Amino acid sequence: MRGWRLREQPAPSWYVPALPLLAVGVTFVLTSLFVIAAGADPLEAYRYFVIEPLATRFSALEVLVTTTPLLLTGAAVAFAFRAGYYNIGAEGQLLCGAIAAAWAGTLVEGLPKIAALPLMIGAGMVAGAAWALPPAIMRVRFGIDEVVTTLLLNPVALLLVTGLLNGPWRDPVTGFPESERIAASAEFPTIVDRSRLHLGFFLALVVIAAGWFVTTRTVLGLKLRATGLSPRGARFSGIDVGRMLMLAALVSGAIAGVAGVSEVAGIQFRLTEGVSPGYGYTGIVVATLGALAMVGVAVAAAFLGIVSIGADTASRALAVPSQLGLVVQATLLLVTVSLLVFRRYRLRRA
Amino acid sequence: MSLLLTVVEATLRNATPLVFGTVGELYSERAGVLNLGIEGTMYAGAFFGFAAAYGTDSLLLGLLAAVVVGMLAGALMGLLSVSLGANQHVAGIGVTLLLVGLSEFSNRIFFSGRDTLPKIEPFAQLEPFGDGALAQYGLTYFAFLVLVPAAWWVLMRTSFGLHVRAVGENPEAADAAGINVYRTRYLALMAGGALMGVGGSFFTLAVLGSFTLDIIAGRGWVCIALVIFGRWRVGRAVAGTLLFAAVYALQLRLRILPGWGDVPFELLLALPYIVTIVALAVSGANVAYPGAYLKPYRRT
Amino acid sequence: MRGIAKRFSHVVANDRVDFVLRPGEVHALLGENGAGKTTLMRILYGLTSLDEGSIRVGGRDVEIRSPKDAIAAGVGMVTQHFSLVGPMTVADNIVLGNTGSWRTHPAAARARASGAAERFGIAIDPDAIVDRLSIGERQRVEILKALSRDCRVLVLDEPTAVLVPQEVDALFATIARLAGEGLSVVFISHKLAEVMAIADRVTVMRQGRVVGTVPSADTDERELARMMVGRPARGLAASDRPAPRDVVLRVEGLRARDDDGLPAVDGVSLQVRSGEIVGIAGVSGNGQSELTEVLSGMRAPAAGSVEVAGRRLEGKPPSAFIRAGVGRIAEDRHASVIGELSVAYNMALEDLGSFSARGMLDEGRIRAHAESLIERFDIKARPTDPVRTLSGGNMQKVLLARVLAREPGLLVVSQPTRGLDVGATEYVRRQLLAQRAAGAAVLLVSEDLDEIFEMSDRILVMYEGKIAGEVGADVDDLERVGLLMAGRSA
Repeated sequence: MRGWRLREQPAPSWYVPALPLLAVGVTFVLTSLFVIAAGADPLEAYRYFVIEPLATRFSALEVLVTTTPLLLTGAAVAFAFRAGYYNIGAEGQLLCGAIAAAWAGTLVEGLPKIAALPLMIGAGMVAGAAWALPPAIMRVRFGIDEVVTTLLLNPVALLLVTGLLNGPWRDPVTGFPESERIAASAEFPTIVDRSRLHLGFFLALVVIAAGWFVTTRTVLGLKLRATGLSPRGARFSGIDVGRMLMLAALVSGAIAGVAGVSEVAGIQFRLTEGVSPGYGYTGIVVATLGALAMVGVAVAAAFLGIVSIGADTASRALAVPSQLGLVVQATLLLVTVSLLVFRRYRLRRA
Repeated sequence: MSLLLTVVEATLRNATPLVFGTVGELYSERAGVLNLGIEGTMYAGAFFGFAAAYGTDSLLLGLLAAVVVGMLAGALMGLLSVSLGANQHVAGIGVTLLLVGLSEFSNRIFFSGRDTLPKIEPFAQLEPFGDGALAQYGLTYFAFLVLVPAAWWVLMRTSFGLHVRAVGENPEAADAAGINVYRTRYLALMAGGALMGVGGSFFTLAVLGSFTLDIIAGRGWVCIALVIFGRWRVGRAVAGTLLFAAVYALQLRLRILPGWGDVPFELLLALPYIVTIVALAVSGANVAYPGAYLKPYRRT
Repeated sequence: MRGIAKRFSHVVANDRVDFVLRPGEVHALLGENGAGKTTLMRILYGLTSLDEGSIRVGGRDVEIRSPKDAIAAGVGMVTQHFSLVGPMTVADNIVLGNTGSWRTHPAAARARASGAAERFGIAIDPDAIVDRLSIGERQRVEILKALSRDCRVLVLDEPTAVLVPQEVDALFATIARLAGEGLSVVFISHKLAEVMAIADRVTVMRQGRVVGTVPSADTDERELARMMVGRPARGLAASDRPAPRDVVLRVEGLRARDDDGLPAVDGVSLQVRSGEIVGIAGVSGNGQSELTEVLSGMRAPAAGSVEVAGRRLEGKPPSAFIRAGVGRIAEDRHASVIGELSVAYNMALEDLGSFSARGMLDEGRIRAHAESLIERFDIKARPTDPVRTLSGGNMQKVLLARVLAREPGLLVVSQPTRGLDVGATEYVRRQLLAQRAAGAAVLLVSEDLDEIFEMSDRILVMYEGKIAGEVGADVDDLERVGLLMAGRSA
């Protein structure tokens, strides 16, 4: 193990701007091994991965549909991480938002959309924030690390979903573990004709824009960033670090809750066990790839959305299993995390 | 009476993969690395163990494949969190996503286009008394009779275990005492990964004889909860696995009884997580986390 | 050790130092903080790499790259911050890294620990958990750990700093006995009485160089104190000194604990008036850090009061101190800024209310503010540069500018020129004097005696958490300060 060691030394100035391209390049080289293993030509496969999804109107809109929850969970995670609060619990917070939406979505029967939608979205935000609250209190009041507590609440939320669906909310007619369909007035309208693209995408863009505005343009955002970059320096400068962490946790939970609302009201129209195939965890990928900045989150979410649709098209065209999309996402994350280390460190012979 | 007996048997069976996973995670964490790659490592162990057994017709080679995959996963976690000093939680989530993706991808490559689910003849249960009493898989006997005592003994009675505990508590002190912090952490992660891999392969090689998607279903996260619940002690963590497995086995049996259908058993299943979080809250910041938890080590 | 040189970025920690240790002697290494004593010994133990020079142990050239090499060469060291694994037993700690087999045998480890304890006459329970031991006991474990590896040279870095007097006596008895058995001991200290009591020879270091080596029998405390502190320049402070006026800072009976929960500030009372600089001298670790942290809002005191211009502030957060007009320059400047944020943001951070409207940042005003401060304080940086990229001097100027821009009534300043070059040092000192002239009250904490003497109107010496005495700022008082700092009444 002796020999190579990391030494602190800043990278050349071209490194940081080039990092995303470098990461994508390294990722494609690494994952091309799997494409070859699947018996396909890597260049061909990557054309399907990143070009084809944008080639037709239909698939481009599907990319946006897939991007919607990633924008929201990515924004949720990035907002918290930016303030130095490591919320690994976006998945659980999303599920709670989904539960709240399925519940509120049936209660608002009869109300006009203009009243029903805000009520449902509000319920989802409250639910997401509420799920984020206990770990935040434990962190701010008692100094208990939030990584483990937020993580462990994810399976609890999932059990809550399955408990509801196998118990009181089970569909009485079909017997399937699915909740009652939400009221028509609670369904998100589509925002583009002849597509599945729904209001949730617009909401996600609003959240990203608001997140960008708050973090870069306001006093609060500066305080949050300062807290994340150096808690001690922030405290010395008169910032209430505990309040910033609490705020970051709750806002993050609320945004993740909106992601749950969006999936229920825009796609599923009811609570199902498969409401989230791990969007909360993908949010960590998106936030990390986006360097915790909202613009970066938007780019990263769009890229992962493309890759995920692209994985389907590649699978149909070349018989490369669509799960390659997952592999590419995860590899991209790990490559990026590794490359980020070299912003500040160099490998040197000890 | 027979209900009790079947519950006990099911408890030991259900606890087996958790024992492997928990002990594996415990070694990683005692060395100072929270390995959130466990969920994916168990998944990869389940799949690649199965695929190897299917391809070679040898359950033992399947087991070996699970060990190797687990060690590679541990080494990858080491590369990221020990050598590069990256964020442990992001690296761990990434390892999990990668291994789940790789397993499902390979599953499609190896086994797609078949009409029937590929199956192998799984490990048979051992029946020490020949009459079905205490009939359990060999891996279960191994877990409780060999692994648990050995894990305790290695951690507390060998130089390696001493080094693991030292680099997890105070890497500076370990370094000053001439211990190679990096190598020790790698070894702990790889040994831990091997155990996680075997724990995952228990489902495919022993219980089911086949691989299905979402086969681990969050059991890796259970193991993380149990390690913390057990306060990083082998004995207490294993007791936790038994408790969890017993609750799990009990609810499965109660659920099908008339009149019990509406009881929210999911709340029971959520108990290990909730109890762990409450335990953390109650003991506050005084929880005896390994001293170097989540901290990469860099020599100045 | 011959021609040892070590540089840390700008600071020369060891400037071609020669150091000779004889068999069986107790050799004290005496000097103020930052004199280079600890660096020299960390090099010997492989904890710090050397830039130049060579090391011979027992007549043989050795290359020491890690503690492992040092241990093999027969060198043991007890650092100021112990290298013990807290939750493990004493026996485990003693055999750690030196188990000699792939197995550990608790009984054998216990036997080895108690055998060593007996052989070296150091009483300790091998089964005790280190975390539950007192500091003195932990130190004995460290010494045993080194001795049990058959070291011929034992380095003790400020071993008495953490001990109560009875423990010091026991430690000295142990050292004397071990030296009698042929062990060579290096005793790093700044306490004159201890050095005189235990050492055979004394090497005094100042500013990275060896001032001299003398047998302790041929010297006395006064001579050592003079060698240690050198001769300060005549004070700048004498010039344009206004008459001190109202009391701005009033501290009464202040007590505070350090991060380990041990008493650090032990009943300090002091006053600073408008238009005067009160210097606090002392060797580091005598409670000055905790005192300035309490006066910055970074540490809640255990008892006592802090009153600034009539307002009670003890235990309030940093924002309350900022609002009360306290300008704070902390000893760790890297922990006082947000390194990744720009110079302009850092300059605005203490006073965001003035740089925003309805919650939105006024980027124009933030930038203009930064540009004017950069010009006024002659800072070599652009407003957009991350503070992390600045040199120490420029970073300190940013902090100073941020504080002085708000025209504070009270300045709490800690180690303001540590690590700065001559020009920046001069600049910072002149700024502080200008503040005094403008009527600010200044509390100046520094380990640099030259600085204290050059700047202060009155000097308080801190020793073991208490104010050991007050002296004037005349050169004649220098020897008294040296003695007070070293724990002798003067």
